[in-house]
Amino acid sequence: MQNSQSSPDIASQQTAITARNVEVFYGDTQAIKGIDLDVRNNEVLSFIGPSGCGKSTFLRCLNRMNDTIDSCRVTGSIELDGQDIYHSSVDEVLLRAKVGMVFQKPNPFPKSIYDNIAYGPKLHGLVERKPELDEIVESSLRRAGLWEEVKDRLNEPGTGLSGGQQQRLCIARTIAVSPEVILMDEPCSALDPIATGIIEELIHDLKEKFTIVIVTHNMQQAARVSDRTAFFHLGEVVEVSETDDLFTNPKHKRTEDYITGRYG
Amino acid sequence: MSQDNSNLTVQDKVVASLKRRRRQEKLFRTLGLGSVILSLALVAILFINIFSKGVPAFWQTSMTVEVYFDPDVIRISEKPEQQPNETFEDFDERLLDWETQLGFVNFNRILSDSITPLLSDFERSQTRYVTQLVTSGERHALRDMVMEDPSIVGETRSLTLLTSADVDVWLKGNIDRSLPDDQLQLPAVVREWADELHANGHIQNRFSTALFMNPDSRSSLASAGLAGAFVGSFYMLLIVIFLAIPMGVAAAIYLEEFAPKNKLTDIIEVNINNLAAVPSIIFGLLGAAVFINWFKLPMSAPVVGGLVLSLMTLPTVIIATRATLRAIPPSIRAAALGLGASKTQTVFHHVLPLAIPGILTGSILGVAQALGETAPLLLIGMKSFVASIPQSPMDQATALPVQIYLWQGNELRNFFEARTSAAIIVLLMLMISLNSLAIWLRRKLEVRW
Repeated sequence: MQNSQSSPDIASQQTAITARNVEVFYGDTQAIKGIDLDVRNNEVLSFIGPSGCGKSTFLRCLNRMNDTIDSCRVTGSIELDGQDIYHSSVDEVLLRAKVGMVFQKPNPFPKSIYDNIAYGPKLHGLVERKPELDEIVESSLRRAGLWEEVKDRLNEPGTGLSGGQQQRLCIARTIAVSPEVILMDEPCSALDPIATGIIEELIHDLKEKFTIVIVTHNMQQAARVSDRTAFFHLGEVVEVSETDDLFTNPKHKRTEDYITGRYG
Repeated sequence: MSQDNSNLTVQDKVVASLKRRRRQEKLFRTLGLGSVILSLALVAILFINIFSKGVPAFWQTSMTVEVYFDPDVIRISEKPEQQPNETFEDFDERLLDWETQLGFVNFNRILSDSITPLLSDFERSQTRYVTQLVTSGERHALRDMVMEDPSIVGETRSLTLLTSADVDVWLKGNIDRSLPDDQLQLPAVVREWADELHANGHIQNRFSTALFMNPDSRSSLASAGLAGAFVGSFYMLLIVIFLAIPMGVAAAIYLEEFAPKNKLTDIIEVNINNLAAVPSIIFGLLGAAVFINWFKLPMSAPVVGGLVLSLMTLPTVIIATRATLRAIPPSIRAAALGLGASKTQTVFHHVLPLAIPGILTGSILGVAQALGETAPLLLIGMKSFVASIPQSPMDQATALPVQIYLWQGNELRNFFEARTSAAIIVLLMLMISLNSLAIWLRRKLEVRW
């Protein structure tokens, strides 16, 4: 696993998130069995693997969304900018402002498009006056490629948009609070191919400003959007390397079997 | 060929089973429809019965009389005014003396003097019967008029006086007119007068404000009204709304959104569900033991009734609120948490606004249930006869359902059967309006997502 990483001192400059020996338990069941993984700044890292392999669970460790599940227990260390996010001094609210999340099913709030975007900045006190808020709403929607489509109906409910638009609204909502890292949990699995294509392009553009970790079931998608890919299997990271390498020249038998469609 | 045959047999089997299935379906539908029709018919019978009995009670016979406030009968001194150099206590004493004077005035005489000119067939010896035409409360009304404004003494006023309950029953035909004299409440002469006055229009059937404006009465039955019970119920309703709903909603939010899921919360959940099934009379016992014996709150007071009904409504509100919260899609919570909202912010910014229509509906239905509850109120003394409208929740009062129960037991059946049904109609109308409010709020506030 370490083989794909550069020497430690360069890595520490480049990495946004450093996970070491992370284990996750749901009650007595162990879902993640000791994962070491680095996420580099401004890269798109994708997690692939068969269902139930722990990729979503691991993703949700990165912004402590697993905390909301009572029976879930996380051990090991995950550092964001050199600070352990599971340390008791870390406020999960602050953490989630830095590490945003986009979910599998588009989940806009049942409010207007404007309020959907404005909620985060208002919540974190990022703005003081209405014009600033307007600006954030516009820039977020622009960056999510949704502005032209919705600029005339900002007061209409976000839930009235199409599925793909809703997902881009959710992405816009996430980037409105200017996070460092965006976690995406199968963001296109509920969308049609055209909407998927738009989101993939969007991910490509967002890479310049944000670090993106994306879980996907779709290997072609991983190949298209990500710089590096991690293959998860049975709660472990089997292999992580440059996406091209992983798909053309897998080092492990299990990876090869999976990407050639022998299981999954 | 053989395949054709086998196909046919499968087809036949399916057809055969289809017949059986259709028969079952038909049977089930008929049974379902039958039970719906049966229950609708029962409800219809109930409503027809109550309305046919109760609606006439909203109208009551009353007599229009020119009342002469005869100064020869009302012999009182001038109403005292407070002098500039007089203490309030001295003035109060003089006023009391004057009111006592007024209390000795024979207002029955005023009434009979005013009514006798209307009677064609009247003898001096029948004077004492005349006042039986009018309900006894009206002479107090005359006294109160003089007390209010002594200058009407010597003047004539055209007044509409409620007839006595017996006259009302007689004129409405709610009593068998062929009964022998000794089984009728009214003497023959009064019955004749009543018929005569009714025939020449002095007695008319008018919409009865007494039913709504007066408290209960046992001395002047015709003026017995629902106002006391209505105000009592209203106070209790307020207490339930301001106690049970906030407490229940807060408890439900805590249990559903914040409390850890463990043995203790499981036990609490089971107990809340059990509490909702506890017979309401038990809550009455609890109220008598805790609020009256221990906290020394007054008997028969709406404050105790309201507390007891709040306890009774609490589980209903909690269960309804939890069910509503559980129905809010988890994706909304995830979205808010993922943006960095705290748990409390998630609940108050997103979950609760979506849950409000459901919470309101559940709460209003709980309140409506409390409004109709009788048994616990009997145990905390609210079944006593209260002849005044309560001024505060600490005063003695009855409640609408208890008033129904009390009137149902009144010995003047002919009169109170209709009053009871009228009270039931008032209670039903209140319930229907509360339930309609719940439906309206739900329609208005519901957000679709």
